[in-house]
Amino acid sequence: MKIFDGQFPRELEDEAIYIMREVAAQFERPAILFSGGKDSITLVRLAQKAFYPGKIPFPLLHVDTGHNFPETIAFRDHLANELGLELIVRYVQDAIDQKKVQEESGKYASRNALQTVTLLDAIEELKFDACLGGARRDEEKARAKERIFSVRDDFGQWDSKKQRPELFDMLNGRINVGENVRVFPISNWTEIDVWNYIREEGLEIPSIYYAHEREIFERDGMIWPDSPFINKAEDEAVSKKIVRFRTVGDMTCTAAVESEADHIDRVIEEILSATISERGARIDDKRSEAAMEKRKNNGYF
Amino acid sequence: MAISKNKEVLRIATAGSVDDGKSTLIGRLLYETNSITTDKLLAIEESSRRKGLGYTDLSLLTDGLVAEREQGITIDVAHIYFSTPKRKFIIADTPGHVEYTRNMVTGASNADVSIVLVDARNGLAEQTHRHLYISHLLKVPKVIVCVNKMDLVDYDEDRFNEVVQDFKNLLGNDTFKNLSIDFIPVSSLHGENIANDARQMGWYKGDNLLEVLENIEVHPDTKNKPARFPVQLVIRPKSDDFHDYRGYAGKVASGTFSKGDTIRALPSGMTARIQSIDQFEDSLEHAEATESVTIRLDHDIDISRGDMLVKDEELRGSKDLVSNICWMDNAPLVNGKTYKLQHGVNETRVKVAGINFRVETSNLIKDETATELGLNDVGQVTLKSSKAVLIDRYEENRANGAFILIDEFTNSTVGVGFAS
Repeated sequence: MKIFDGQFPRELEDEAIYIMREVAAQFERPAILFSGGKDSITLVRLAQKAFYPGKIPFPLLHVDTGHNFPETIAFRDHLANELGLELIVRYVQDAIDQKKVQEESGKYASRNALQTVTLLDAIEELKFDACLGGARRDEEKARAKERIFSVRDDFGQWDSKKQRPELFDMLNGRINVGENVRVFPISNWTEIDVWNYIREEGLEIPSIYYAHEREIFERDGMIWPDSPFINKAEDEAVSKKIVRFRTVGDMTCTAAVESEADHIDRVIEEILSATISERGARIDDKRSEAAMEKRKNNGYF
Repeated sequence: MAISKNKEVLRIATAGSVDDGKSTLIGRLLYETNSITTDKLLAIEESSRRKGLGYTDLSLLTDGLVAEREQGITIDVAHIYFSTPKRKFIIADTPGHVEYTRNMVTGASNADVSIVLVDARNGLAEQTHRHLYISHLLKVPKVIVCVNKMDLVDYDEDRFNEVVQDFKNLLGNDTFKNLSIDFIPVSSLHGENIANDARQMGWYKGDNLLEVLENIEVHPDTKNKPARFPVQLVIRPKSDDFHDYRGYAGKVASGTFSKGDTIRALPSGMTARIQSIDQFEDSLEHAEATESVTIRLDHDIDISRGDMLVKDEELRGSKDLVSNICWMDNAPLVNGKTYKLQHGVNETRVKVAGINFRVETSNLIKDETATELGLNDVGQVTLKSSKAVLIDRYEENRANGAFILIDEFTNSTVGVGFAS
């Protein structure tokens, strides 16, 4: 019998497992969108619990921008291997080579927006009718209004005005030809819920979430990880610092925080006392006040 | 129980217009519980400045979509989260105008408590009647009336008592007799009685809003109800280690199931005993409402998705459903039309056999001549189902008494019903 410290509300896990099971029952070809970040690691754990002692009935789909942290990629392969899950990877580089998308230029260039095209191509190619994602409503204002079952049209577009009402715990996954659904089982979790869950479940996460020494440079008051993918100005000097990442996206759009937190308990302490929100470290959200909503309308998850 | 101590979740519904100061009240709750981070606060300070406001508009924290920011209104259900060391709170925030009745109903469907706001200067408004009616229709277990903007009536006790008396006069109406209701005088703008006791209203001896929210019982309406377990999936791994494993996965809708209990599977009516209640690698003695588990029985009986496990409490399925309906689609509910009905995880087809009446939600007048229900209408309808629906009366068991209606052509969720 396990003793939990009790800071994680177990009702959230019950809700997420219920959603996972509805996905398995209502759809023919679901997949988990897996980035190797803490939220998608949480999803995998929930799926494991939902179908135990059976196997997770969904493959993992990763859209690889080519700009990921190597630690994340190594972790992704390790987890899929350990749980015996099918891992499907599709590359943004392919869409660039096929001239479907054009690489951004300038010092803020990132492939964040480009991954939408690769994702939509993968959904079409692999005929997925439901994609499970680890997005949470507390992350951002537009996400606060998205449903648990979010219906997308054949261009993957989200129409905030045409969302289906979700009453009680009843989930309506019926779709028309060409449509697919994005499913967000941890919609009602907050950042600290995820961390408490990882702690109470003893889940492994990529090493970059913990304090480590890294080559960084400073820009716009934020700490950027140095990488071959980033366009630095001449006066942006690289130095070494002890940092960790609070959220994990591409190396071109994820800022680090100075931190000594090398253990999950210390990470949680740090988050509880933090004064900057999680997506405050996401450079991709800073483009405009409505940055997230615009990307979602275009099919971003 | 394997897990007895963990943080509880309290779900709150709020409804109201910008004018009530609702967004300010929510912003205040977030602010006082340290749930706003510096960057979010800076962002709304900047937005307030750009709008030419002389103060930080805490309402900007909750109005998320571009259209809403443009029009300065809330048009959807927004989910807002905050925590105290004792509890996690989820607010489903909705607009209060009649054209958003469906959003209010959606927000209230999961709520343990509903917060109704009134402006101390104006007292009961048309919207207030609607919010109370929806809380009553949805059987939200607790209603808290926040008499807001007390600062604008000089924190006057008499004015507060007048507003309370107006409510009591209204609640004398039979429709509202079962509502459990608390009254709190507050000023969201100045944080009086939100998370701190009021400095200006020494005459008020009750708890502040946050104290009330921290102490309300969670899910009082599901745990002590008849045992209901809707089966979502049958888990049969057929692996070497679990060759003969056959478990029924689902979330307990209401009541409690214990190892050794005799259950009846519906609709077949066959009985068996619970051999094991599995939760991942653990085995539990009991499972109660809202827990997701997998139940194994002492012998195989025919059970599939959509069936329901019950104990001794009677549950007779019904093919004729007289229900209150809130309509949520632009195309009206039409007499004689067929829809898909989803009750929990079970699905059937129904035909509208009659529209008994439509209710005006702001004054409760029944129109018995109504021939259809339009968007945001509430009324009573008789449905005929192709097979028995394993539903309780909503009044008796909220967790197993509701269903949604789905349009067979668009696949949209077009209405919600409450069995009566």
